[in-house]
Amino acid sequence: MERRSWREVADQLFRGGHRIEARGAFLSGSATVDGTAISVVGTTDHATIDAEMALRIASAILRVVREAPGRPILILVDTNGPSLRHRDELLGINTYMAHLAKCVEMARRFGHHIVSLIYDRALSGGFIASGMMADLCFALPQAEIRVMNIRAMAQVTKIARERLERLSRSSPVLAPGAENYFKMGAVDEIWSGDIGAHLAAALRQAVGPDQRASRGLERGGRHLAGPVAQKVRWYGRDRTIPATCDRQG
Amino acid sequence: MVGWAVSAASTFSSLVKTTMEHLEFTFPGRRAATGRKHAVLVGVVGSGNLEVLLEPKPLGGACQIVVKTAVAGFGEIWQAVLEDFCRRHGLGDLLVSINDLGATPAVVALRLDQAVHELEGSGP
Amino acid sequence: MIVPRTSYVEATARRRVEAVLDHDSFWEFLPPEERVTSPHLSQLDLPVAFDDGVVVGGGTVQGRRVLLAAQEGAFMGGAVGEVHGAKLTGLFARAVDERPDAVVLLLESGGVRLHEANAGLIAVSEIIRALLAARGRGIRVLAVIGGGVGCFGGMGIVARCCDAVIMLEEGRLGMSGPEVIEMAGGVEELDSRDKALVWRTFGGKHRYLLGDCEYLVEDDVAAIRESIHQALEAASGFELEQLEAEHALLEKRLRELAHLHDAIDMWRALGLPDPDTLPMLDLARFTPIAHRARSFWKGEG
Repeated sequence: MERRSWREVADQLFRGGHRIEARGAFLSGSATVDGTAISVVGTTDHATIDAEMALRIASAILRVVREAPGRPILILVDTNGPSLRHRDELLGINTYMAHLAKCVEMARRFGHHIVSLIYDRALSGGFIASGMMADLCFALPQAEIRVMNIRAMAQVTKIARERLERLSRSSPVLAPGAENYFKMGAVDEIWSGDIGAHLAAALRQAVGPDQRASRGLERGGRHLAGPVAQKVRWYGRDRTIPATCDRQG
Repeated sequence: MVGWAVSAASTFSSLVKTTMEHLEFTFPGRRAATGRKHAVLVGVVGSGNLEVLLEPKPLGGACQIVVKTAVAGFGEIWQAVLEDFCRRHGLGDLLVSINDLGATPAVVALRLDQAVHELEGSGP
Repeated sequence: MIVPRTSYVEATARRRVEAVLDHDSFWEFLPPEERVTSPHLSQLDLPVAFDDGVVVGGGTVQGRRVLLAAQEGAFMGGAVGEVHGAKLTGLFARAVDERPDAVVLLLESGGVRLHEANAGLIAVSEIIRALLAARGRGIRVLAVIGGGVGCFGGMGIVARCCDAVIMLEEGRLGMSGPEVIEMAGGVEELDSRDKALVWRTFGGKHRYLLGDCEYLVEDDVAAIRESIHQALEAASGFELEQLEAEHALLEKRLRELAHLHDAIDMWRALGLPDPDTLPMLDLARFTPIAHRARSFWKGEG
């Protein structure tokens, strides 16, 4: 499948036109979907997320919260992951990433509907604080989503590559790809055809708390995340005697 | 996203040269294990270490031991260390579950003793 | 009388839990005898741990009710897999129901468990979402960072999503660990065997000087308990105004420090005297000097 540039993707998403601009690898602007104005932020050119980029995306989201109450936000994802530079660690890049995650969460609390679209590449730490914070996360079929490729994984874990590849065929846990993230519940839908219509439908969709674990269970890609979290949530709460006494009886 | 996991994972994996081995032993007990807790866990599954889980259970007076070890081929040594443990403490009606990542016999014996002390309430 | 210190750094996760909580107050959720282990590690024929490397439960600290989690650094570097992550996520859901005085995270982790790649990444994302949702509902979340592995990868983000971070001087906090930086950029980028360099990049003192941790304490369980107590009393919250203030602070950090390439240059830029001596100072002498850096960040400009 052909890779599409952010412009091609934006043109297909917003047939009526848009005002999205790229400044370096940073994307921001606005567009209209079904007569409703939405804000768009994101990255392109397989952006490396350094402290500056994380703060820039955070700025754009805070601005929407301040200046456009309630307006939906679309996050366009194309990233090679976090910067692996010494200087970014010195600056506390994890703090910048956490700040970005908090800004997305704050937008949600202020009633902004947040949707993300992985239109090209999404590597681990690059989208955990942005795209993965959205209420709904979508991907194009050719999207490359991964923690690490199988070759590097084999090197680091010292497990034979052939074995990892064989296991990947039956389990979505190891191998990269949008389809695996769909099965595990982290991607809500893979969009093909009229992506503009998909976006319009996504913006009409009601959203609630994090549903990824239950979707992963329904789709058979992640069996334990939901049930284990529920077990911890409810463990021993049906007991009537104080828990600590019971445990020592 | 991958910080120290890389180095930790590689240290971990370099120890795991063979496939996991599953061993089971049953020894007679002289007295039923009891404790102020219904289960105790000591140790961690780190390199050269192991975790030991003790659970008093009705097992017809026997001590049942289940070992999962990352270093295969040492069944006889396990047999000797565990037999010695059972002879010394004589605990029956006890399920012992072990996850091992290449601990030496001395470490295994130490963790087992620690676990018994903790179960019986005289431990730390 | 000299009361011997109880080392936090050298203790296992379980011992840390016992030491940080009031005596005999701990109640574990999904304890080891439930044997909720990682199916992914089993499938790869790798050893599992009965608690999948994280202890979760409830208890009290100086009489205050907390929910608490402790990651075991010795098991797979404390890395987060599907079960491990779900235990943390479930703890935050429980906190929203039970409204404890705080959720306390004793963190020690390299981030995502590569052996469960996608499941680990999604799990860390679910922790972040659950943590921030709980904070949005008024639940206070505290992180304690100490131990040999440090706190890296996605868990480095998790730590900074908390209300307050308590760091041991020996603790390390970051995104990509020194070995990863060296692997990506070569030894010229960062020599991971240069202990002093690694320490002043990721260590507790640098994090404290930048404002990435609120408390810097010695390797002593009593000191950690005291910091938790203080953090429970401190003003806290997760509102837009606070987030905007943090934003301004992070902009200022880039403005003042982004052009510098070593921690010592950064400390000098913060106006600290004799910055190259700071790594050697004990905390009693370091703390008054560090207050200057704290007021630098509070100042105008």
